[in-house]
Amino acid sequence: MAEGLRLEEVSVALEGRVLVALDAQVAPGEVLTVMGPSGSGKSTLLAYLVGTLAPAFAARGRVILGGRDVTGLPTEARGIGILFQDDLLFPHLSVAGNLGFGLPRAPRAERRRAIAAALAEVGLEGMGGRDPDTLSGGQRARVALMRTLLARPDALLLDEPFSRLDAERRAATRSVVFATVRDRGLPVVMVTHDPEDAEAAGGCVVTV
Amino acid sequence: MIRALPALTLCAMLGPVAAGLWGAVLPALGHLPAAGFEGPSGAAIGRLAAWPGLFEASRLSVTTGVGATLASLGIVALAVGGWSGTRAFAWLQRLLSPLLSVPHAAAAFGLAFLIAPSGWLARIAAPLAGWERPPDVLVVGDPWGLALMAGMVAKEVPFLLLMALAALPQTRPRRSLLVARSLGYGRMTGWFKTVFPALYAQIRLPVYVVLAYSMSVVDVALILGPTTPPTLSVQIVRWMGDPDLSQRLLASAGAIWQLLLVGMALALWRAGEGAVARAGRAWAEGGGRRAADAALRGAGLVLGTVAAASVTVGLAILALWSVAGLWSYPDLWPEGLTGRSWARHADGVAAGARQTFLVAAIATAIALALTIGCLEAEHRRGRAMGAGAAWLLYLPLLMPQTAFLPGLQSFLLSAGADIGLGPVVAAHLVFVLPYVFLSLGDPWRAWDARYATVAAALGAGPGRTLWAVRLPMLMGPVLTAAAVGVAVSVGQYLPTLLIGGGRVATLTTEAVALASGGDRRAIGVYALAQTAAALLPFALALLVPAIAFRNRRGLHG
Repeated sequence: MAEGLRLEEVSVALEGRVLVALDAQVAPGEVLTVMGPSGSGKSTLLAYLVGTLAPAFAARGRVILGGRDVTGLPTEARGIGILFQDDLLFPHLSVAGNLGFGLPRAPRAERRRAIAAALAEVGLEGMGGRDPDTLSGGQRARVALMRTLLARPDALLLDEPFSRLDAERRAATRSVVFATVRDRGLPVVMVTHDPEDAEAAGGCVVTV
Repeated sequence: MIRALPALTLCAMLGPVAAGLWGAVLPALGHLPAAGFEGPSGAAIGRLAAWPGLFEASRLSVTTGVGATLASLGIVALAVGGWSGTRAFAWLQRLLSPLLSVPHAAAAFGLAFLIAPSGWLARIAAPLAGWERPPDVLVVGDPWGLALMAGMVAKEVPFLLLMALAALPQTRPRRSLLVARSLGYGRMTGWFKTVFPALYAQIRLPVYVVLAYSMSVVDVALILGPTTPPTLSVQIVRWMGDPDLSQRLLASAGAIWQLLLVGMALALWRAGEGAVARAGRAWAEGGGRRAADAALRGAGLVLGTVAAASVTVGLAILALWSVAGLWSYPDLWPEGLTGRSWARHADGVAAGARQTFLVAAIATAIALALTIGCLEAEHRRGRAMGAGAAWLLYLPLLMPQTAFLPGLQSFLLSAGADIGLGPVVAAHLVFVLPYVFLSLGDPWRAWDARYATVAAALGAGPGRTLWAVRLPMLMGPVLTAAAVGVAVSVGQYLPTLLIGGGRVATLTTEAVALASGGDRRAIGVYALAQTAAALLPFALALLVPAIAFRNRRGLHG
């Protein structure tokens, strides 16, 4: 039971109205898909999980990650990574700089090796020096994924992560993301309104 | 720590204002122990009331202030209404934007060199009119204050235009105008009936700032305004400078009177808004489709161009005088160019520039730190500043400088504090802070906060997110805000003069001190140096991010 991500009777309300309520267990390597129309509070749930809920919201419940209660912790101490529909690569840093931002402190040579390996894993060998703005959408999405994974999170949140990509790249990027997180045994919560995303994820689906 | 910054910022901004008003009230009531006067007594108020120039000086303050504000607002409304979205407007905007940072004193000198009887315009007209000597009319310093008003309009039009352009998108002008025009309204009539009311509501505070500032400006009034009597604010500064310390009581009474005058003018303006709004509603609902549209459009472009040209051509004439050899009336050009004036004043300009940048750099650095601290505290709290905070930001700008700076000097004197660099920086900060905040606030808040979430989810604490992500990404706006701060500080005349006690000589105080002397070459040198000091930081604010991020396309908009 200590394994994975547990959402214990979580509910988020705004001005007394409950937007989303959920009680769920996500095992390592499993994807929990949360579906619903826009404005249904899907992104509010992710904000709650990652710890950036605006003060106007009232939240109840607990978030247990690997047996650790992270409910009251600030975002940077939770060990929860997040990918948005935009890649949000830092535009002032190079591709390698973005990956380095995610990497915990380590000797320089080790960092360089880790960054090179991460680039190679998603087929972007030798692109470290590039300006992120010169990459294609699919390439940027893969860099964002590796940046998140290099921080060694214990869980991953996906906020409509493929909706900005064109149909061709969407399928390819989707399979890269799901294969990578399954490899690493990360519990994943994904919100989306695309049924294909849910199907490809293959886990439980809850509708809010 | 960061949670205390908003309160600290308020103190830095309003503390000197409060101290200054307190320091004016007591001497106005005859109480200034530091100079040997024990109150309370009504003597100072009595002397002010008995001053024969009081009515005339007060009238000048009101007419020039209200006149300049009405004219500036009118020109901006005509230009934006008639031309926004056209190529002519983009051109006018490019012409006017850099003029925002030209110091008031330099713009006023340029205008004086243009319109004086021996000025450049008179030289153009001379062959046609047959003037062999400058015509004997009082153009600069006319008793009605028209030249003063023109100088203020030339400087306030760029300010209001930029404020209007920043607010315009929120009024959704395209949709309203499209509806109006499809109903058969002319462009101008449709704009004034549908867009202007919403736009005015957005720029109301900047308009009040223009009114309060125009009513109490000192440096422009010293250069372009009448002298017998001068405007009330100029007279207050004269009394402050009198070696007879009892005149300070008179100056303090005048300062309080100036505050009341501006307060009454603002109240009247506010009442006028209501009357205009009622009349405007009746006009808008009346169904008239066209009201001299073509003529008004033409007027908007012509007046806007004249406002821009009066400053740019004025600066060019200043530059020409600064390198002129012999230049006699009515020649359009000097007989030769020489670097003699610059060489003669090189030491003075260098010393003035050092003081100018020292004060500007310290004040701007403090203002930036406080502003970023406040905005960051707001971000971390996750709650935006209320509407009341916007009023507080504008409060020091709505306060006439002559109302609280004389009192601040008296206050420092009474407190036994040494006047000099530190207090001058504090006085500059009162004006630098609001402008830095207004400049940085919008881009700071427009930053996509998901970057902060991503950085935090990658393990970065709030400090690292601020220093390694947000500040570098916002380097352009931060440097622009710094340039705004430096330009505001460079242009300050009265705080430097009164609080510096003559020991802090900046390019601005030196330039304005030359106004009465009439040495055009020296004025040209100092006014140009002053303008350069205000414009240089803007050039750097454009250049530095362009170089630092030359390989980062995502940061070039």
